[in-house]
Amino acid sequence: MPVNEKTGEFTPKIVAFCCNWCSYAGADLAGSSRLAYPAEVKIIRVPCSCRVNPMFILRAFEKGADGVIICGCHPGDCHYSTGNYYARRRMTLLFSMLDYLGVESGRTRVEWVSAAEGVKFSTTMNEFAAKIHELGPNVRLEDLRCKNN
Amino acid sequence: MQEQLINRAKELLADGTVVRVLGWRRGDMDYNPEVAYFNSADELSDFVYNGFCGANLSKYMIEASKLEGKTLVFLKPCDTYSFNQLLTEHRVDRDKAYIIGVGCRGKLDIEKIKAKGITGITAITGGPDQIKVSTIYGDHDIDCKDVRLERCHVCKGKEHRVFDEVIGESVDTRDADRMAGVEAIEAMSPAEKFAFFQAELSKCIRCNACRNVCPACSCRKCVFDSTKFDSAQKANTTSFEEKMFHIIRAFHVAGRCTDCGECSRVCPQGIPLHLFNRKFIKDINELYGDYQAGESADQRAPLVNYTFEDAEPGIVSERGSK
Repeated sequence: MPVNEKTGEFTPKIVAFCCNWCSYAGADLAGSSRLAYPAEVKIIRVPCSCRVNPMFILRAFEKGADGVIICGCHPGDCHYSTGNYYARRRMTLLFSMLDYLGVESGRTRVEWVSAAEGVKFSTTMNEFAAKIHELGPNVRLEDLRCKNN
Repeated sequence: MQEQLINRAKELLADGTVVRVLGWRRGDMDYNPEVAYFNSADELSDFVYNGFCGANLSKYMIEASKLEGKTLVFLKPCDTYSFNQLLTEHRVDRDKAYIIGVGCRGKLDIEKIKAKGITGITAITGGPDQIKVSTIYGDHDIDCKDVRLERCHVCKGKEHRVFDEVIGESVDTRDADRMAGVEAIEAMSPAEKFAFFQAELSKCIRCNACRNVCPACSCRKCVFDSTKFDSAQKANTTSFEEKMFHIIRAFHVAGRCTDCGECSRVCPQGIPLHLFNRKFIKDINELYGDYQAGESADQRAPLVNYTFEDAEPGIVSERGSK
């Protein structure tokens, strides 16, 4: 369990997959608007939300992530027209399966954030990090073979 | 019935309609017939068709489609769904197959017979409704209803979805709710769900039998054979580590799985693998409308058949951990 060295508190690892066209720009706007979001959120830029292979999510959990969030353009706004529609069906099914296996549904989330929604980006990330703090460390999908330490 | 099938196969071989027959051959015991090709009328003397011919022959048609000439294949009603699905995916060639739809009255599970405490089996005779199991300790009469395969309790019906001719009568053996097992797990708390799957999947020995038998798992190169896929290549550190294999495999066949039940049938450890596939089937039916893979050969797969109004992924937490 990752712990803050100074306070001894649980500091989760949160992986955020952000699409290049909307959500990554939204994160950028949040930054330039001086809106705070937790440093526990690690952003990975992907060309489109449908680039997120379900394996990426499982892999993140395997390697010790405590929560995974995927951000993309709003339905209808995809830079590639239809990418987020594919992502939406895939992620719904995958998250439902993870819930079925006993991984709390709060650990996974999909949010549509446009390039103009810096505020939404920051509030979403704050909310999500608070939820992960509440749920505590993820031990159910960890794979010790994939750990570096 | 078996004689009828053999005679028809001989006729078709003799008049040159087909050059080989794909069917079931007598195994070393009465309860383990194996899948086999028969190239001549003489070889057909080993052909069997009985209550233990559960094996789905559809997947073998992928290889048979690459051979010269037509192959005669025997498909039970539920096997035709798999064949249809493979047709949709252009994995089999309809012109290379002569399909005889065989009648099915439910297939039997030898493990259920053994679970009754019957050991030392020497022969199994009779059928289709009652079988006589002879053992070195004496004979047992068993009602077939009590020892059917799990998939036969949720039978998809007696109709063949694709065939050239049908031989024999089929019976719909459905007597249970298909989703009852899934619903029971959904009703558990996250900790209970996890404990359930941990107990089941810890039995997995990664023999890959489920993958090898699955008609939907027909990729020429499989991700699990990759040396770069490191959770599959290293030794286990805990007994529960094969969970990823099962999650990924279930996801790969989501929307394409016809629920033929072969994975659960072949699992040497008796893991109820159909519970994964049925969860996806249940979600697809609930969220995107009823869909039965393989029902016809011109359906669009649910994972690509999106609409603007699709449910948001947040529905998973809204529905709650029931």
